[in-house]
Amino acid sequence: MTSYQPNARGYYGSFGGAYIPEMLHRNIEELQANYLKIINSEAFQKEFASLLADYVGRPTPLFLARNLSEKYKARIYLKREDLCHTGAHKLNNVVGQVLLAQRLGKRHIIAETGAGQHGVATATVCALMGLRCTVFMGAKDIQRQQPNVLRMKMLGADVIAANSGSQTLKDATNEAIRYWINHPDETHYVIGSTIGPHPYPDMVARFQSVISYEIREQLLAKEGCESPNYVIACVGGGSNAAGAFYHFLSDSRVKLIGAEAAGEGIETGKTAATLTIGSEGIIHGCRTLLMQTPDGQIEEAHSVSAGLDYPGVGPLHAFLCRSQRARYYPITDAEALNAAFELSRTEGIIPALESAHALALLPKIGFEPDDIVVVNLSGRGDKDLETYRGHFLREFTCL
Amino acid sequence: MYNRITQLFERQRSSILSIFFTAGFPELNSTARIIYALEQNGVDLIEVGIPYSDPLADGPVIQETSTVALRNGMTIDTLFHQLDELSSEVHVPLILMGYLNPVLQYGMERFCQRAAKCGVSGVILPDLPLDEYEGLYRQHFEGNNLKFIFLVTPATSTDRIRRIDSISSGFIYAVSSSSTTGKEDGFSSSQVEYLERLKSMRLRNPLMVGFGIHSPETLRHAFTHVHGAIIGSAYLKCLQNNPDVAEATRTFFERLGYAGIRKSIS
Repeated sequence: MTSYQPNARGYYGSFGGAYIPEMLHRNIEELQANYLKIINSEAFQKEFASLLADYVGRPTPLFLARNLSEKYKARIYLKREDLCHTGAHKLNNVVGQVLLAQRLGKRHIIAETGAGQHGVATATVCALMGLRCTVFMGAKDIQRQQPNVLRMKMLGADVIAANSGSQTLKDATNEAIRYWINHPDETHYVIGSTIGPHPYPDMVARFQSVISYEIREQLLAKEGCESPNYVIACVGGGSNAAGAFYHFLSDSRVKLIGAEAAGEGIETGKTAATLTIGSEGIIHGCRTLLMQTPDGQIEEAHSVSAGLDYPGVGPLHAFLCRSQRARYYPITDAEALNAAFELSRTEGIIPALESAHALALLPKIGFEPDDIVVVNLSGRGDKDLETYRGHFLREFTCL
Repeated sequence: MYNRITQLFERQRSSILSIFFTAGFPELNSTARIIYALEQNGVDLIEVGIPYSDPLADGPVIQETSTVALRNGMTIDTLFHQLDELSSEVHVPLILMGYLNPVLQYGMERFCQRAAKCGVSGVILPDLPLDEYEGLYRQHFEGNNLKFIFLVTPATSTDRIRRIDSISSGFIYAVSSSSTTGKEDGFSSSQVEYLERLKSMRLRNPLMVGFGIHSPETLRHAFTHVHGAIIGSAYLKCLQNNPDVAEATRTFFERLGYAGIRKSIS
């Protein structure tokens, strides 16, 4: 049977590993040597579970979306990660990593953020734990995600603009890594997705795996069966999808489907559909699929959704894609925007633009009437209202 | 087998100066002019930087020069063609330094063969892991008579330094502090301690210190404690301020007081 766990050196098949300059070696080695020991300790598990329940607000509901189910002729459930404190699944991982950083004696937490959800989650947990917090965010993303910038500042975090390159998530990640190189002793870098050098992809997937753990239990209670026919999630770096897939990876009855951001279209050059058009290489410390020129320069990604605007993808997803355990489809900006509007009007839930990419797959798959489908609704759409307003001026004339 | 880096360290054991520049900056075809100017000013080693879109370990100066170089159209292939043309005229050992991804896309074996053909003597790829070098690529470097130089930092453990020393060839690149390139803080007592600790380990490879060497004072410090020093950002800054390569290089060495420092130490 195929193993979906990385080997001791952090490889999923040929993807993963730790491609880092010597300046980061001690920090990464410290994490590699300690993360499993710490995460699996009883005291950690207890504190993590308690914070997930009482602070994050877990378990999040598994909601049977009757109107969508009727429309797409299947039993469609929404896993409501949008109801987590701070409005997205990102908090699950941050709580775990900050608890781990505390046990490593770190007093200063740094993070990168795209849409701002991971930055807000990190600022939130740092406020709770009394730790210093610095968030790196692309200058372009600061412009398009203002509400989240204000939230981070209100929570006491320093927000530093990344002005290099495309001024989005990739560059925020570069700046966070550079800061870590310069301040290795007191700092822990909380990576927000299943990317980066080993052990980050595995560590983040484990902290997010609570999503599929709950889906199984909830389905058992509601449907009398813990395996859905489909799990659908959006993929940028891939953390919410990794969490939603995790406990189903070895369950071949479950079809795993990812939606990646096609931007304006995979043929247009303005896209973030890494698994569709990417090739093998190194980005941010791991071997994975990425969008690059023939000369190995990393290309800029384009997506209306800041959280998916990334030219790489986590090595777990590169492996699931290559081994065909999961299928990934590109969703354009326009398709995602329409799906966001549809969910708002049919179920009374305004989704994040990222999650709207997953919803946009519903009309494309062709379900059987008895199929049980779980869509991971990774975040809520409040942060995207400006973008929604721009695209739906007609519907919003009352605003 | 004859290798210019080996020869250099056989001939000279102190005050060795290596200069790094970004290929393709300030102009696509500056490579030859820069190498000639550096050789004329008495540089012992030259590190030719392959520009990369996402240089994680570099500060603002190398980031900016890399962006310009890529905009100018620099690629590994173009660089090899430029080096082909001057290989018979240059005697200073050349080292290629870059990030792993562009080299992987070029193909590691092909990269090594091509580098050797145009007279390159060594390679530095800071994000290539030790295990991967040993298991997959070492043969290509050794087979083409290329030295492969690893980095150590003040945080590298004694055991790991020993392991790096056993795998590295040519010299060991001692990063002066935990930082990205281009910091101008001066030498602290803990950095001096670190360099002395490295020296006392009696490693088989010579030691060259880099990161933060930018002034007569920092250069003198470096020469006092280890075999030599590497300068990158400080030189590139001069090229940023004056696009006339020959003049900028001359000014740089005057300000550095290089000739005097070298004489006073040897």
